[in-house]
Formats: sequence, structure tokens, C-alpha cells
Amino acid sequence: MTNTLHRYGKADSFNDDYIIFAIPSKGKNDKDCIPKLKEFLKICARHNPVNMGNGQRGTLTPEKDLGPSSHWNRSDQPDFESIIDGVTKPGTVSAVFGDASDATECLQEIIEADFGISVNISTSVENAKEAARGCGIRRHSVEYALAVSDPHDHLPNSQILSLSTMCGHGMVSFNLARKMLDMVREGRRTPEQAVATLTRFCPCGVYNPERAKRLLLEACREQK
Amino acid sequence: MIINHKKCVACANCIPVCPMGAIYVDTNINRAVINDDACVECGTCYRGMSTENLNPVLIRSIRRIAGFFRFRFEPEPDVCPTSAFEMNELQMPRLIRQIFSDPVVEHQTTGIKGRGTEEVKTNDVNLRVDTGEVGYTIEFGRPGVGVRFSDIQEMTVKLAAKGVIFEKNNPITHLMTNTDTGFLRSDILNEKILSAIVEIKTTIEKVEKVLNTVYKVNQRIDTVVAVGISTRCDGEGEDNLLAPRLEDLGIFYERAKTNLGLGRITNTISKTEK
Repeated sequence: MTNTLHRYGKADSFNDDYIIFAIPSKGKNDKDCIPKLKEFLKICARHNPVNMGNGQRGTLTPEKDLGPSSHWNRSDQPDFESIIDGVTKPGTVSAVFGDASDATECLQEIIEADFGISVNISTSVENAKEAARGCGIRRHSVEYALAVSDPHDHLPNSQILSLSTMCGHGMVSFNLARKMLDMVREGRRTPEQAVATLTRFCPCGVYNPERAKRLLLEACREQK
Repeated sequence: MIINHKKCVACANCIPVCPMGAIYVDTNINRAVINDDACVECGTCYRGMSTENLNPVLIRSIRRIAGFFRFRFEPEPDVCPTSAFEMNELQMPRLIRQIFSDPVVEHQTTGIKGRGTEEVKTNDVNLRVDTGEVGYTIEFGRPGVGVRFSDIQEMTVKLAAKGVIFEKNNPITHLMTNTDTGFLRSDILNEKILSAIVEIKTTIEKVEKVLNTVYKVNQRIDTVVAVGISTRCDGEGEDNLLAPRLEDLGIFYERAKTNLGLGRITNTISKTEK
């Protein structure tokens, strides 16, 4: 199943979660596609994305060789320019939006740009239908994410699953999601700091920090 | 993956970071240790953690003093203070763990990063799943559990017996010794990976049979299975085929990936390629 289909939650939990991605097809439309992929990301960057990725990195990355004082000055600002500049070979590029109108307006501009590269949207079924309708296009194909089958009870609770599965590649571990949730509950980290930590572990840039912040706050409220 | 014990200060920051829970602090040596059998070589500890280059001797001393006085640490939870993780060069069969677990490593067989292929993401260009057909991505191990190839083989053998067509460009198909029987290479069967995707295609009539087989086999294999199921929409952009069938079977879904049909063939073919 594709990475972004692993996101856990009911359909209305994806109302602040729209991922639009472009993917060239090997041997079919991958020749000279780099400028198109960069332009795709430039369009996305104009419509308030909450994260972007180029297959190698997202907008928040691990910081190597930190100095002793950097603990107090860590960056949590997204760096879209590096994502665009970092597209060096054909592959999936993506942007995450926290708002339906941003996603639809972005999609409209992408359609007008007519790159000839496959573009997909990953969100709830209805949200995707609405977005396509809003842009006046017909869906070509659809892949539904069926519920994860877990007959041996491996999976944690829904709060941890929702936070962890936003990195579809599984690089945000259950234990890290649990730790960050606990740190927010205990007042040892702000939700923003916790979200930045989680986002840094997602190497392809599809983690949704806005949804993560909402989920963290909801989980804290439920606890109380 | 290796933890350099000359550098490790047993701060334990890496323990929750590992998606497989494969890292622990060995109290006999007071260093973090990787359980090699559980580690899937995904690189999360090495690549995902931020790093400092602090002096290990100094940090151990500070930790000992603070620990003695029961001071509570508030270190950044994602930082290895001494850059203790090192990536070692892997050989087959262990290399297969990294290939299937580290998302920034490209599959040689598919040429794309990730565990599957382009699936229906490029269906508007490749038409892998046409009208009346159903594509399945049957994924093992994700989220957060992992899987051994022996368990995947149990599924592929059962599916092969049902006469399904395995996607020829899928990495798991490349590891089969025989696509008619579904058997995988014997040298990799005990290797554990973060996840893998088996891709098959059937007609719409076989949906129930395939899903029943998948869920039945999952009862016997100690991992999680996630199924993505896809089809081509009709001329109006509607799916009046698969969605109603799933509804009839009482199978529900919350999320979907939608190919918007904007792709087309643009590569020009030279005379020599022709």
C-alpha cells in the first residue's frame, strides 16, 4: 500500500490532510522531467503547504553536528527552497496541505501547468472527489486503503497510530510518538516542539505537522 | 548498523527512535546495543537523529554526577550527543534488509524508492489496472511491526495457488524462484524487513476470494497486513465497480489515493530505440 494510505483515522480526521504528489513514469515521461518536478514544487510552495518533500528529504531535517548551545535555538521553520533545489533525479515529489481550499487552488494551477506527469491526491475518498470536482476534472483511478489486519494485536492505541503513521515509510516509531505525546502531557515540550521532532524523522516530507499538532492537543484533552 | 561503544554514553535517546524496538542499554557494559536479529537496517537511528560531537568521557562523567543526585535530564529527545551511530557495509543476504527497509535506498529492480512499484500512481500512463480489473497491494509489516520473508512466502504461495497474476516489476516478484508457485529465494527467508508489498491483479469477480485468502493467511503469520485495492474509474470519473463490491462485502475504507489523470507519454523514442 502506498505510503500516504497508511495514515490512520476516520475520514473526517483527514479534513486537514491533503497530499498532492507528482510521479514520473520510468521510460514513459521521465526524460527531462526535473524542471517540471521543480516547477510542480514551486507551484505547491505558493499555496501554503505545511510540508513538502522530494523523496530524499522533507522541509524539516535532522540537524547534524549541533553545537552545545543549539538545544535552545533549533529551527522549526520549513525550508521549501532546499526541497526544490534538491530535486536532482526523477522521482516522487509531494506537498502536504492542511486546508481544502489551498489544496484545490494548488491543484488548479498544476492542471493549468500541464506537465504531462501523473498527479495523485491522497486524502479521504470524499475530499479527493470534491477536489477533483472543484477543478473540473474526472478521476482516472482510485486506490482504497482497507483497514490494517492485526490478528496478533501488535498495534498500539489510535492516538499513537495516528501520529506515527503520518510518516508512511514507518520512520516515526510508535515509541517515539508515545514519548512525544507523554512529553507534551507532562509539559516538558510544547506541541510545536514535539511536532518538529516527529517531522524531522520523516525523510520524504509527507508528515503533516498541523494534523500532528491537532492530534497531540486532542490526545492531551482526552487524557484530562 | 553499528553503535560505536567508544562514543556511546548510554543516554538512551535512540531507544524510542528505533521503529523495531531493536536498541537497548546493556547495563553490564553501560552502552546502547543493537539486537541484530530485530534490526531491519532502516537507518532511522543513523539518518533520523540529529547529532552533536560532544566528548564522551565528559558526558559520561556529567551523567554519573547528575544521576547520583537524581537530577532529571531534559535533553533533546532526537539527538545522539556523540554521533555514535555508524553505518557498516552490508552483504547479502543481510543487505536485503536495508533494501526493503530504508526508504532512501533505491530498489535496483524497480528503480524507484520504496517497497512497491508505481502501482496506480501512474495508471493514467501505464494502464496497469484497466476497467473491470482490480489491483491489490498487499503489504506486510507496516505499520511498525516488521516481517520475515518466510511469512511473505506463506502468502505468495497461497495466492499463487489461486491463480493470481503477480506484478512483474514488483521487488517481491523479482525474489521469487517461480512465479507459478510463489516460492521465494531460500537464502533470504529468515531475513526481517520493515515492510514489503506484494502486487497482484485479478478480475472484479475474484475480490472476495483474494481478500478472504489474505486475511486467512494473516491469522497464521505473526505480522500486520495492509491491503490497498484499486481500479480504474469510468469515463465520468466514478467508480461504480469496486466501491459497490466492497460495500457488498462489508469492507470499509476511510482514505484513498486518487490518480487525477494528468499524465501522458512524453518521452520521445529515438530511431535506434525503435
